[in-house]
Amino acid sequence: MIWVIYCFLAIGIIFQALGTVALHRFPDVYTRLHGSTLCTTFGSIFIYLGIILYGVRLYFLEKAGYASLITHTILILVLLMITNPTGAHAIARATHRSGIMPKYAVVDKLKERRR
Amino acid sequence: MILTALLVLALALVILMIICLVRAILGPTVPDRVVALDAINTLAIAELVTLGALLEEIVFIDVAIVYTMLAFVSTLYIAKYLEGRL
Repeated sequence: MIWVIYCFLAIGIIFQALGTVALHRFPDVYTRLHGSTLCTTFGSIFIYLGIILYGVRLYFLEKAGYASLITHTILILVLLMITNPTGAHAIARATHRSGIMPKYAVVDKLKERRR
Repeated sequence: MILTALLVLALALVILMIICLVRAILGPTVPDRVVALDAINTLAIAELVTLGALLEEIVFIDVAIVYTMLAFVSTLYIAKYLEGRL
């Protein structure tokens, strides 16, 4: 079980690092938003799964404080999966409305539809 | 052993937050800085949960729950301000 926790934490930190690299390697606001939000959300999900399994391990070791650790981490996992994509969508929409266009884009369907 | 892994995870998350802060300072336009701030918020929530499991302080995870909702509200208000409707 402890190796499963290690694997989850490793997957999480690798994806967080990929999201941070995506902030620096992409040329544009929209591509940066895409890369960083997807990778940090996925990495955070795996880090929280690792923490939940750590709480289950505390239960089997019969230590105190496992119940609130598990339940609060599940609550924050659900909250993060709801709020993070919504915030990214709001940022992308506001960026498009404030007049900043994608750098290498050829067509812009949203602009055509809003006209 | 697993406490060492959690400590390494917390330190790595701090380093990633500093790298994101470089983008928030350098960013050419305002939405670049907002995107970097959003990534920093997500990393900070993961950092709080990791420290809560490492130090066995459940208060940190409660703070992380409130921080998630406050970061969401602040992101929505910054987006509304960028849109010019505030």
